[in-house]
Amino acid sequence: MSTIAPPRPPAAPVPSAPRRATGLLLRWWRRLTAMRTAIVLLFLLALAAVPGSLLPQRSLSQNNVRQYFTDHPTLAPWLDRLFLFDVFSSPWFAAVYLLLFVSLIGCVLPRGLEHFRAMRAAPPPAPRNLLRLPDSGTLSTQLTGPEALDVVEEELRVRRFRVVRREGELSAEKGYLKETGNLLFHLSLIALLLGLAGGKLWGYEGSILVTEGQGFCNSFQQYDTHSSGPLVDSGDLSPLCVDLEDFRAEYEENLTAASFTADIAYGAPGEEGRTTTIGVNEPLRLDGDRVYTTGHGFSPTFTVTRPDGTALEDVSVPFLPVDQATMASEGALKVPDLGGDGEDQLAVRGFFAPTGLIQGGILTSVDPRPLAPQVAIQAFQGYLGLDSGIPQSVYSLDSRQIDRGSLTEVGAANLSVGESMTLPDGTTIAFTGYRQFAAFQFSHDPGQVWVLASSIAMLTGLLGMLLLRRERVFARAVAGARDGGTVLTLASLTRGSGESAPRFAALTDDLGAALGTRAPEPEDHPRDT
Amino acid sequence: MTPDQLASLSDNLFSISIALYSLAMVAFCAQLAFGRRTTRTRELVGAGGPPAASPEATTGAGEDGRGRRWGVIALGLTALGALAHGAVLITRGLATDRLPWGNMYEFSTATVLVAVVAYLVFAVRTPGLRHIGLFVLAPVVLAMVLIGLFLYAEAGPLVAALRSYWLAIHVSTAIIGFGIFFVSGIASVLYLVRVRYEERVAAGEEPGGLLSRLPGAAVLDRVAHRTAVFGFPIWTFTVIAGAIWAEAAWGRFWGWDPKETWAFIAWVVYAAYLHARTTAGWRGRPAAWVNVVGLGVMIFNLTFVNMVSTGLHSYAGVS
Ligand code: HEM
Repeated sequence: MSTIAPPRPPAAPVPSAPRRATGLLLRWWRRLTAMRTAIVLLFLLALAAVPGSLLPQRSLSQNNVRQYFTDHPTLAPWLDRLFLFDVFSSPWFAAVYLLLFVSLIGCVLPRGLEHFRAMRAAPPPAPRNLLRLPDSGTLSTQLTGPEALDVVEEELRVRRFRVVRREGELSAEKGYLKETGNLLFHLSLIALLLGLAGGKLWGYEGSILVTEGQGFCNSFQQYDTHSSGPLVDSGDLSPLCVDLEDFRAEYEENLTAASFTADIAYGAPGEEGRTTTIGVNEPLRLDGDRVYTTGHGFSPTFTVTRPDGTALEDVSVPFLPVDQATMASEGALKVPDLGGDGEDQLAVRGFFAPTGLIQGGILTSVDPRPLAPQVAIQAFQGYLGLDSGIPQSVYSLDSRQIDRGSLTEVGAANLSVGESMTLPDGTTIAFTGYRQFAAFQFSHDPGQVWVLASSIAMLTGLLGMLLLRRERVFARAVAGARDGGTVLTLASLTRGSGESAPRFAALTDDLGAALGTRAPEPEDHPRDT
Repeated sequence: MTPDQLASLSDNLFSISIALYSLAMVAFCAQLAFGRRTTRTRELVGAGGPPAASPEATTGAGEDGRGRRWGVIALGLTALGALAHGAVLITRGLATDRLPWGNMYEFSTATVLVAVVAYLVFAVRTPGLRHIGLFVLAPVVLAMVLIGLFLYAEAGPLVAALRSYWLAIHVSTAIIGFGIFFVSGIASVLYLVRVRYEERVAAGEEPGGLLSRLPGAAVLDRVAHRTAVFGFPIWTFTVIAGAIWAEAAWGRFWGWDPKETWAFIAWVVYAAYLHARTTAGWRGRPAAWVNVVGLGVMIFNLTFVNMVSTGLHSYAGVS
């Protein structure tokens, strides 16, 4: 945008610094709120989202990001410095959308005020030369000028135009809702952003694996992983506990997963819970909170018996699926304190197959349904390192302890249900069966309903803005040159969808017909159709 | 009929519709070839200027009977192809006892059908647009062949996550939106080509050829805009419906999954296009380019994002 400044009188005082600063700010503001800037910012927004889909993102998968760091050790730290693994929470992404929204507010608010004024003001007077407008034409009638305009006014009012009569002419307008739709749409975008922000600030999420017969309560200590917005008070989470009573997975003949359902009991801590069934696409919804089953798997159960008879009976540990198609799963059982001292801890690393097949001594899984469950286990003895202060996953053994020789393998076997293996020191490990586990996710997002409401408002506004038409019609009556009749000049201005010419032709035809019913022999000359 | 018979009938209909579309393409070529002698009339050369008011004025005016007859045959073949194409989806739906858009093969097949139907609607309502048939059907045939070669998946049941009425809502509108944007994008591409042609005509050259048979630039621009205006709310609804479904299926309504991200990018690009159309300095070519970028984004989202990146939307069923 360039404007040509008027020549300044030579003696004019130099504007003071603050004045100049405001002038500069004003100019920047105008530039920021121009439509051209909006287009550029929209483009930037689209462009800024691209790396977020091409590079692994921490918000989606920490593992993939870690893998990327291993694969690209020199590049990754640089990308990380540019927030390319956290694109959607990066300062530059925020900068783009905040600028866009500032531009939007600066653009839409003044328009809104103007629209509000225009809605209460009368339609503007007819332009001097009506025949210059894109759609225009003339009609002759035997009626007098005011009578002819009366007919036009009536016809337009039936079509829900707002009509204003002025000396010998008439202005009509309809379709204010188009502009209202535009404003509603753009303002809803702002409401949507606020709803998103609210959800991010006050929302939280936790996930946990629960084996049948067990449960969890909503607190950050219990969750395997959780994330929460900066304004969440961890002492103030909704008091809710959930127990998993039964989990079912059903399959089609070709082993496509057909449904997963979990029977749960839920209620406040210590309360007699209510029961319900949740599943894929059907979470439990309580006001503001939702509980989902996001996955499932098997928890094989083991009984470990020391030579002295002390036993750990039917412990079940969730094994994580490594292949969703066959539900082949891996996991670990850690027994730090059964008898023995600190250096005599027991651990089992295992592979679970719901339907096992042993080929060449190697166990594989061939079916996700538990038709012939088997485990392949390796037993280790030594020091587990659980109290070393370094966190470990509960679902796997710390391979560093094995590499370091702190844990040594003392036996391996493939077991079916009911079978057991005996270690050199006389300890037996029996595979006693399995239970199912479900992965639960607890979500709290107070912004969600606002986002939904703003989306619906946005769509409504959009439909209004795109589908409605804004139309002005003008008419002027002039005494006819011949035989004393009246010549009506009609014109219309349309903004919005569709073609205006056929509609204008239809309008003039209708007006001609209406005039004809009031006066004999109307002559009809639409000039432009 | 048994499900297996229905499924193989569906596969045969797929080949039949490709064959019909190819024949229609030949007929469109014949229309262009036979209509050509009359194209050098003044009327058509002058079409670059003010034809906005009446598209008919730009074409057809000087067409001889043979050209017109080929045009009708071409449209008829296209319509037959579309019928066979629709039957592909119906028989598949019957064979699997579900909506026939559970994997990429079915989804893309349905999308192409929407594009063909959108074109047919335009061609019936605005005869001037029949001439772009070749330029619509060529990509359609190409797309169908690629779909048949690379995306084909056996008829089969849906995975659990897809068993929801949201499949009907979200995926149907996605298919419709995409099909409409497809036509819009083609119109913008033709617009760009035609504008260049008209500039050369204005400069006194006589480029001739197929381009002279295209509708005028203003008509193409208007078709592109109108279809985008129609597609944009549908796409907006698709994204919202997807978010509502994601909230039920995945535990959050928006998570910047690659598919979601590209749906968002496409939405923003089309918003930019609609703005550009009403902004001085962006009208005409720059706006058309934005629309072409939008089409690129949609195609990228359907192909690359489905097949290469891994995300929650990995239901493509392509191995
Ligand atoms: C979040 C970003 C935005 C989106 C998604 C968006 C979307 C849209 C859409 C879809 C239209 C309809 C265009 C049509 O009528 O064909 C529109 C119109 C409009 N937008 Fe935006 N917009 C955004 C930001 C802005 C900004 C920042 C401004 C101001 C600088 C703005 C000003 C307008 C105006 C004035 C119109 C009406 C155009 C007309 O009257 O024809 N928009 N917007």
